Amino acid sequence: MRQIAIYGKGGIGKSTTTQNTVSALAEMGKKIMIVGCDPKADSTRLILHSKAQATVMDLAREKGTVEDLELEDVLLTGFADIRCAESGGPEPGVGCAGRGVITAINFLEENGAYTPDLDYVFYDVLGDVVCGGFAMPIRENKAQEIYIVTSGEMMAMYAANNIARGILKYAATGKVRLGGLICNSRKTDKEYELIAELASRLGTQMIHFLPRDNQVQRAELRRMTVIEYSPEHPQADEYRALAKKIDENKMLVVPTPLSMDELEDLLISYGILEDEETAMAKLG
Amino acid sequence: MAEQETPKYTPATPEMVDEVLSAYPDRAKKMRAKHITVKTEGCASCSVKSNSKTVPGLMTARGCAYAGAKGVVFGPVKDMIHISHGPVGCGYYSWGNRRNLAEGELGVNNFVPFQFTSDFSENDIVYGGDKKLEQICREVKELFPTVKGISVMSECPVGLIGDDIESVSKKMSKELDLPIVPVRCEGFRGISQSLGHHIANDAVRDHLLGKKEREEEVGPYDVSLIGDYNIGGDAWASIKILEEMGLRVRNVWTGDSTIEMLQTAHQVKLNLIHCYRSMNYICKHMEETYGIPHMEFNFFGPTKIKQSIRAIAARFDETIQEKAEAVIAKYEPMMQAVIDKYRPRLEGKKVMLYVGGLRPRHVIGAYEDLGMEVVGTGYEFAHKDDYDRTMPMMGDNTVIYDDVTAYELEEFVNRMKPDLIGSGVKEKYVFEKMGYPFRQMHSWDYSGPYHAYDGFPIFARDMDIALSSPTWGLAKAPWKKETVKEVR
Repeated sequence: MRQIAIYGKGGIGKSTTTQNTVSALAEMGKKIMIVGCDPKADSTRLILHSKAQATVMDLAREKGTVEDLELEDVLLTGFADIRCAESGGPEPGVGCAGRGVITAINFLEENGAYTPDLDYVFYDVLGDVVCGGFAMPIRENKAQEIYIVTSGEMMAMYAANNIARGILKYAATGKVRLGGLICNSRKTDKEYELIAELASRLGTQMIHFLPRDNQVQRAELRRMTVIEYSPEHPQADEYRALAKKIDENKMLVVPTPLSMDELEDLLISYGILEDEETAMAKLG
Repeated sequence: MAEQETPKYTPATPEMVDEVLSAYPDRAKKMRAKHITVKTEGCASCSVKSNSKTVPGLMTARGCAYAGAKGVVFGPVKDMIHISHGPVGCGYYSWGNRRNLAEGELGVNNFVPFQFTSDFSENDIVYGGDKKLEQICREVKELFPTVKGISVMSECPVGLIGDDIESVSKKMSKELDLPIVPVRCEGFRGISQSLGHHIANDAVRDHLLGKKEREEEVGPYDVSLIGDYNIGGDAWASIKILEEMGLRVRNVWTGDSTIEMLQTAHQVKLNLIHCYRSMNYICKHMEETYGIPHMEFNFFGPTKIKQSIRAIAARFDETIQEKAEAVIAKYEPMMQAVIDKYRPRLEGKKVMLYVGGLRPRHVIGAYEDLGMEVVGTGYEFAHKDDYDRTMPMMGDNTVIYDDVTAYELEEFVNRMKPDLIGSGVKEKYVFEKMGYPFRQMHSWDYSGPYHAYDGFPIFARDMDIALSSPTWGLAKAPWKKETVKEVR
């Protein structure tokens, strides 16, 4: 069983990318479980064709304690027999979402959700590694392989570098490794080259460059992955290519995160950021 | 001395329960009613709801998962150092609360009276406490080089910020060449201390049990005493009987125990389980994994002791069975002398109990040996299987209450007027002020042991002390004051 965690800046397209890639893997005959680790609980809607599935924490709140839950209440099966669970958690601004992730993953573990027939478990994790709870998926005996979804936008790259630092901490004590960057294109300048360069500076690879395509949006509106909605569309082949690369990926590294200065120098050298002199000159 | 007037005992009725609960708002009343039953004739399968969340606003006596894991299961393991990992309060207020006695050289092979805490502060919450935990582990080994193991008892904030105590434990265990057991017993988990017992059982299973082998071969009479925490020396009294029967008690879990006893407990023939509630999980695990059968027994009062001795002996050969009979023959006359001495003074007295997870049923036999009757009993954190075992032991017109609230218990006592109440420190002074004889049945009121043949004379004496004390004759019982109709 390979366990994989997907991290990346909020809104970068982690959930969409995860569900499309997982669908492509399932198409290849793999048995997969997705564990959504985000209180928004939108990690499985394209697989289940539902608004949002009942989450572990929602049901625990309803029943009083997590001990009263049954696995079949929270583990649903969707497209291509993909099993889906969502940790859930509080609405923004209250409580502790990180603890929700810990509680939910413990529950799944103790109640036998990790069956030996699974080829893959994917964790789709909220934005940044903000506290220990969001690092739960990369603790020992869980995901040992991480992919960071990013784009050529500056803040997405900042986030990717920051996540690499989190991985470094856990890599020191455990077996967790970075598998690569997934560039979810925003059509920014020199995006391909920039992310490939960032990947190499981080000691890893850009495992795939996903072009931007409205077909993703069209499928999402119907609560489906591109793979399911339009299997013949070229964008579906992009996800298939990514799935195949992940399936065959042997390049698992301890990342070498950049310092802030190094990251900014990189952006300047690709013309994303202006150096101070140019900026001053413009201000005149 | 003035002749002591006894208040008139009134048996429990379903109407009495209704009346007491009528003070609650409808919803709370409906919820609480499921947790209380009066055993009446024809109510053969009376049941109460248990192991569910306490209704907010009601005064419960329950503890938390940390109390169950640290206070009950791990705390008594004497050659380990137990770190209360988190802010100082949990550690400080759980320091030395349970009277689990342990023999040994303080600071050398006995750390039970000590308290270790990581004393979290603001910075540890913000930046995480993993590094601090590493440092504490090193300091523990440096200060006490003879320590045999460390347990990391996680307090609430550690679970919230998501510190990875498992990986720290693993790393430090390697560095210090010492078993280090992470225990995820954050107090907010579960609804009472009961989940803490389960979490601690699982931690023993995952990190200690079977991790070491005794070189000596397993003998035919090797047993473990499971779920005896040696309160006031209880385990020592129980071991005495078992050894006189010819059995060899290799391990005690966890009263006066060592880490080796937790690691090598898979090398015995039979597990004898005293406190079912807190240790049934690991017994079932040992039965499934190592094929070691387990049996419950009860060493409270000569009648139950005799039954238990014979039931235990029946699991072994004639050598043991003969010795068992000899043990019974040796002690029965002594026990009869105790009964002869105290029974005339205690005969017919009514007792109400409210304790943790075992004693509300286990001590009934001991009271009955003294001619006393338990007319009300209940558990703080029992589950259905505990009540299934309790119901048949209770007489008619007795009340059984689960997670009883301070208000309910007081009102039941006010109405039933028993002669003696046995409960914990939270209840003690309330009832003593109301003029009721009281014994603490968690800690034996700084006395004990109460288990086995050594314990019964002390149990009988203590009950007699409580009931026959002239104090109660001198205190004007509030219900005798005509101006006060009902006392809270």
